[in-house]
Amino acid sequence: MKKLSKNTVYNLSTYGIVIVAYLIVQGIVLAGGLSNQIRGQLVPICVYISLAISLNLVSGVSGELSLGHAGFMSVGAFSGVIVAAALRDSGMGGVPILIISMIVGGVISGIAGLIIGIPVLRLRGDYLAIVTLAFGEIIKNIINNLYVAVDARGLHFSMTSADGFNLSEGGRVVINGPMGATGITKLASFTMGVVLIIFTLFVVLGTINSRHGRAIMAARDNRIAADSVGISVTRCKLLAFTVAAVLAGMAGALYAMNYSTVAAKKFDFNTSILILVFVVLGGMGNIRGSIIAAAILTLLPELLRSVADYRMLVYAIVLILVMLARNSTVLKNYINNVVNGIVSRIKAPFSGRNGGKGGASE
Amino acid sequence: MSVLNNLIGGLSLGSVYAIIALGYTMVYGIAKMLNFAHGDVIMIGGYMCFCAMQYLGLPPVVGILIAMVVCTVLGVLIESLAYRPLRGAPSLAVLITAIGVSYYLQNAALLIWSSNPKSFTSVVALEPIQLAAGRLTVTGEAIVTIIAAVVIMTALTIFTSRTKMGKAMRAVSEDRGAAQLMGININRTISMTFAIGAALAAIAGVLYCSAYPTLSPTTGSLPGIKAFTAAVFGGIGSIPGAMLGGILLGIIEIFSNAYISTQLSDAIVFAVLIIVLLIKPTGLLGKKIREKV
Amino acid sequence: MNGKMVNAPSRGIIPERDADKSLALETIHLGISFGGLKAVDDFNLTLGRTEIGGLIGPNGAGKTTVFNLLTNVYAPTEGTIIVDGKDTRGLKTFQVNRLGIARTFQNIRLFNNMSVMDNVLVGLHHEMDYGFPKALLRLPGFYKSERIAKKRAMEYLSLFNMQDMAEHKAGSLPYGAQRRLEIVRALATNPTILLLDEPAAGMNPSETAELMENIRKIRDTFQICIFLIEHDMSFVMGLCEGIAVMNFGRIIAKGTPEEIKSNPQVIEAYLGREKGK
Repeated sequence: MKKLSKNTVYNLSTYGIVIVAYLIVQGIVLAGGLSNQIRGQLVPICVYISLAISLNLVSGVSGELSLGHAGFMSVGAFSGVIVAAALRDSGMGGVPILIISMIVGGVISGIAGLIIGIPVLRLRGDYLAIVTLAFGEIIKNIINNLYVAVDARGLHFSMTSADGFNLSEGGRVVINGPMGATGITKLASFTMGVVLIIFTLFVVLGTINSRHGRAIMAARDNRIAADSVGISVTRCKLLAFTVAAVLAGMAGALYAMNYSTVAAKKFDFNTSILILVFVVLGGMGNIRGSIIAAAILTLLPELLRSVADYRMLVYAIVLILVMLARNSTVLKNYINNVVNGIVSRIKAPFSGRNGGKGGASE
Repeated sequence: MSVLNNLIGGLSLGSVYAIIALGYTMVYGIAKMLNFAHGDVIMIGGYMCFCAMQYLGLPPVVGILIAMVVCTVLGVLIESLAYRPLRGAPSLAVLITAIGVSYYLQNAALLIWSSNPKSFTSVVALEPIQLAAGRLTVTGEAIVTIIAAVVIMTALTIFTSRTKMGKAMRAVSEDRGAAQLMGININRTISMTFAIGAALAAIAGVLYCSAYPTLSPTTGSLPGIKAFTAAVFGGIGSIPGAMLGGILLGIIEIFSNAYISTQLSDAIVFAVLIIVLLIKPTGLLGKKIREKV
Repeated sequence: MNGKMVNAPSRGIIPERDADKSLALETIHLGISFGGLKAVDDFNLTLGRTEIGGLIGPNGAGKTTVFNLLTNVYAPTEGTIIVDGKDTRGLKTFQVNRLGIARTFQNIRLFNNMSVMDNVLVGLHHEMDYGFPKALLRLPGFYKSERIAKKRAMEYLSLFNMQDMAEHKAGSLPYGAQRRLEIVRALATNPTILLLDEPAAGMNPSETAELMENIRKIRDTFQICIFLIEHDMSFVMGLCEGIAVMNFGRIIAKGTPEEIKSNPQVIEAYLGREKGK
């Protein structure tokens, strides 16, 4: 038998974890063992997992801090909703419509990523971060003022109001400015969410383990050295950025299709930050970590419902403590000392009785 | 005359952004971190002043002082509890911690004051001044805000160039290791920076709430982001840059509100930022860094 | 451009085996100034196809700046660089590499978080021909290309007997191995000219002797031009066929090791002028 490489084993086991988790959760759902609240979170969890994986491609693998990932989610969500609305009366089934919407959402978001990436990726570090933030806000602002309707004659767009559309019979407004998209047919399902995760993993892991992925990581590790061996750093970063935008767009489309209404303000700076938190907590460049962090942190506020009003406060404290525990040498030493102290105190009485070190002088 | 009116409005809003941006830029310059919780310190400052005036019936000046004291203590506390243990950790870890602190402050405020917006009584008692036969109106808030920004800017410039602590700050910002070898207490210098930044945030909070008199736990977010943008716009780490960036941002915002579109004014502000950064990648007054090969 | 005539290239130091071949590298009046300060000025140099050239000079003479100019990390403010008959003006660093210049760095620049193998594979990036869609779909061409590249990478690593380290993280290698890996990575880009910036820095005498052998072996195996900066005089004198000496941004002497050793200007640059002379 051919020996599998370490990477292949890692990748296969990551897929394995996702599939096993899916089977277990699906089993519990069928057995009726999940509360409605948690069941309602299944699609968002899948969406956030794939968003965290795709953002990891930009922030972990390519090493650029992006604060506008929700912007691409938004582009995908609203283009997906428009496509789904346009196809509603086509006689197609729900699943094909959903898949087409996700693909179109991904493609349009990818185009947005490409257009934004070309200028943005000339910048470095914090400046790049603030420009991604700015683009995220611009996208939100524009969609907030976007009016789209569909009728027999096709799609109508406006940036001022929905009044001037003169829709023919059966026509309806799909996106209504700040109100967002309304009357969405809920097509999303948990299974589709898991399919999205698998697809995202497939693309991201495939990218990482190819010559393109190596070039992306090389540009992250040492820009000048990458340049010196013939790697176009800008092109590498653009590739990572665009691929991540496509995946975020698809996730956004699925997300929107899980609700009957969705507004642009849902995809704001805070959502971008939330996804970044998943990535950082899971470990930069650590795909499996992103999956676990996104799943736990999306569920955490739901699980903290018992402490009701305090849940977001607890969430914040947990976040800070986890960051401190993971990164602070002082705190690590402190924790070790406390643990050792407790251990030795527990041991002390026993060691005395057993005639150990401490008991000799008595 | 409406151009002049808008200009004054822009200067006033820009001055608030500038005061907040000063806090961002000083902390960035010295501690090399993006303190995302800065916007929420503004909100706490607003609430403190509100409580002092509303519940304790104290005069506005005392309210402002209380807000400054509380925020200063808060700033130093946040730094020593959340950020100091992470000195030397990757900058992203610090950033996420700052976000955690921001969530914490917002949710603590939510528990204490609930999500219902409070209506803030302006701390400025001046009547609006009518100029040019009533065609030009200057509100008391605008006057006070602009004066406050100028005074703060001047004081900070003198502080950083003349005083021992100010020089220590500049030294730490230039090269932390070398400053430490010269006997500068890094922790104290960084604490001091946070103290100043937080006190400025308190002032900005009170002024912002006086001009836009609704106060809620998320009040600080948007001006926080805008001021952060302003700091980058001017060249993050640069004190005059923060001032310039803040004022320009305020003017652009008010003008695009008035002449282009109310709904798209945020988009326009951010678009201008992007264009500036593309032309000058380290902001208007930022230093160009050449990487040594 | 000033009207000065170009110094006739000193073909004398190009080895005989390159006699009827075109030049690998030629610089004409090359110069750069940083804010009025001329870091490199009127730098004229030619290198033959299989020559091992050396660039020496006191600290701060502008040697590394020359390497940065040759690789377009800095855009020259004056003069021309011709690589393999082509002017590199206006090209980006990565394009200059594609044209045939590879380099190492004085302060080692590896892809520290990647494995030794991956570092070399990045050097082989353009040797692999599959596109991005093919990579994602894992078509047979992908595996074939990867397999060939990995085999090639191993061959390159074997130059320095580093096959066993292939799976180690580059950043965790000992210093000497890091220097060697940089050379391997540069070689993997299939250059016509290899620039080595202080390859023997920090090495002990036996390592240095081994490195000399290996550099010669590399030249003989790949038939390429090697141009290196080094402070270790016995290393340079023993290895290089032609040497250029720089001081204050200018070339003060060019010639064979013997000529350089006895050149009074070089002695002065290194030892300083004797008083009263």
